Amino acid sequence: MAHEITFYLIALLTLAAAIAAMSLRNLVHCALCAAGAFAGLAAIYLLLNAEFVGFAQFLVYVGAVAILIVFTILLTQGVEMKSSVALVSPSWLTGLAITGLMLACIVAPILASPSLHRSAPPNIAAPVKKIGEELMTGCILPLETVGLLLTAALLGAVVIAMSDKPPFQPKTAGNPPRRETQEEVSLR
Amino acid sequence: MNALDQIFVTLHHWLIGLFPAAIQPLVSIVLIIATIMTVFGTCFAVTTIVERKTLGRMQNRYGPNRVGPWGLLQPMADGIKMLIKEDIVPFSADKILHFLAPLVLTVPIWLAFSVLPFGRNMTAVELDAGLLFFFAIGSASELAVFMAGWSSQNKYSLVGAMRGIAQMISYEVPLVLASVPVVMLAGSLSLTDIVQSQGGYAWGFIPHWNVFTPWGLAGFGLFLIAATAESNRSPFDLPEGESEIIAGYLTEYSGFKYALFFLGEYLGLFAVTGLAVTLFLGGWHAPMSIMEWVPSWLWFAAKFGVLIFVFIWVRATLPRLRLDQMLNLAWKFLVPLTLINLLVAAVWYWSRPLSDSFAGLELRWLSCAAIIALSYVCLGRNLNRIPSPQRHYTYGT
Repeated sequence: MAHEITFYLIALLTLAAAIAAMSLRNLVHCALCAAGAFAGLAAIYLLLNAEFVGFAQFLVYVGAVAILIVFTILLTQGVEMKSSVALVSPSWLTGLAITGLMLACIVAPILASPSLHRSAPPNIAAPVKKIGEELMTGCILPLETVGLLLTAALLGAVVIAMSDKPPFQPKTAGNPPRRETQEEVSLR
Repeated sequence: MNALDQIFVTLHHWLIGLFPAAIQPLVSIVLIIATIMTVFGTCFAVTTIVERKTLGRMQNRYGPNRVGPWGLLQPMADGIKMLIKEDIVPFSADKILHFLAPLVLTVPIWLAFSVLPFGRNMTAVELDAGLLFFFAIGSASELAVFMAGWSSQNKYSLVGAMRGIAQMISYEVPLVLASVPVVMLAGSLSLTDIVQSQGGYAWGFIPHWNVFTPWGLAGFGLFLIAATAESNRSPFDLPEGESEIIAGYLTEYSGFKYALFFLGEYLGLFAVTGLAVTLFLGGWHAPMSIMEWVPSWLWFAAKFGVLIFVFIWVRATLPRLRLDQMLNLAWKFLVPLTLINLLVAAVWYWSRPLSDSFAGLELRWLSCAAIIALSYVCLGRNLNRIPSPQRHYTYGT
């Protein structure tokens, strides 16, 4: 009973945050609400006894993706949406059609899949150790590939940041004439 | 010995036994939460006065000495001052976010304490993925810093928040990577298991702490540097650089909200210090087998206190880094070094058969240490070779 109440509470909060993320006017508020929705999803994973997935969801989505979104908002156009832009686009009919199509594409396979008729496995708790063993034996190739990719991305980011452009020399007339360095004096 | 070691556990069970069985789980939770909040709240008060006194001593001045004997009641005075100060919210601030930011910062940090093993059988929540929980919950503080900086609608606040987030994201990578070897060698993400794996002594006198292995020593150093930056302490206190941007994201906060930020910062430091003790310094294990009669929680507290003192010491010693230096240190130095440290941990693991004899262990230790030392020197030289950009400062007339 308590379990169900918790689930409905979390689900309600997650949905509310998701709706707010779509409908608020201020982009930063939207981003923060999206982070709230991510956290709610993590809570649902925890409720399902999926500890590892829940924490990973929190770490990746709240800790990294939400920050990325926030940075993107601040580094691009302004935070406030123009008030002349209507919140509901006039071409809502097209939007509705596309949404319906997408929904059908997602819902039809789910309804057709046999997993709906299976009952839940008796013990759904997956200890971290088991996940680790499964990753290191059954899924070793994808894991290694992803690990390599991520390390390459990490090193690539460092290499991009390590640009060896010549230092910026301001050429404004207002600057005082540069004094020769010790090295230049000795060269002369 | 055992009674003293388990005194808090026994006390806890006895206190729970006083309540009817139906509400016992709830009482247990409330008791643990109250204990953690009391202990670390007090720790916060004590640390502020110790820090100010120590900084004063190191900088050849008195420090606080007016309130109470030797100024010992200063934290109380500070607390009362913070409580009765006016809470000013800027007119153009985003009221809700401005209010929420200190809470979003403080609440997750309290949660982080729940997985730390403070002594034998003294972990509040035994989580299978305790370490992952710690880092996941810690990542929420970045959002809080952003909320504080952005909602204040102040340029200094926003600049401070951006600096803070850049710093926290950058140093989270080496922080996590430095603790990965520990997980690899212990074979578990549970902090209790990690402490258990560091028990026992080699030849009866060298404890099996991770800090006594080459990768552990290097990892400990890297972890401490990253932890200093994560908790925004000097020399990484750029987000609040008071000579440049007033107080960073704290600029528009006053009264109790400011105190909450202050509390959050220190609690973050405590949590990450507790994690350092757990991961590298053997947690609650005694350093010598003849010292085992000292209760385990006392060992944890002692190591914790020493590390906190080291943080204060560093604060008194080092000047603040520049923004580009701070980022360069993280991405070009700490991250490569932690990756190499991972490799060294693997070498250490595969060369286990060597450690049967003393000479073999020596060879194993020195060769692993040599890899780290070599890469340290190479990285350092390489970074020094690239000249830092010449800076031209022009001043308005």
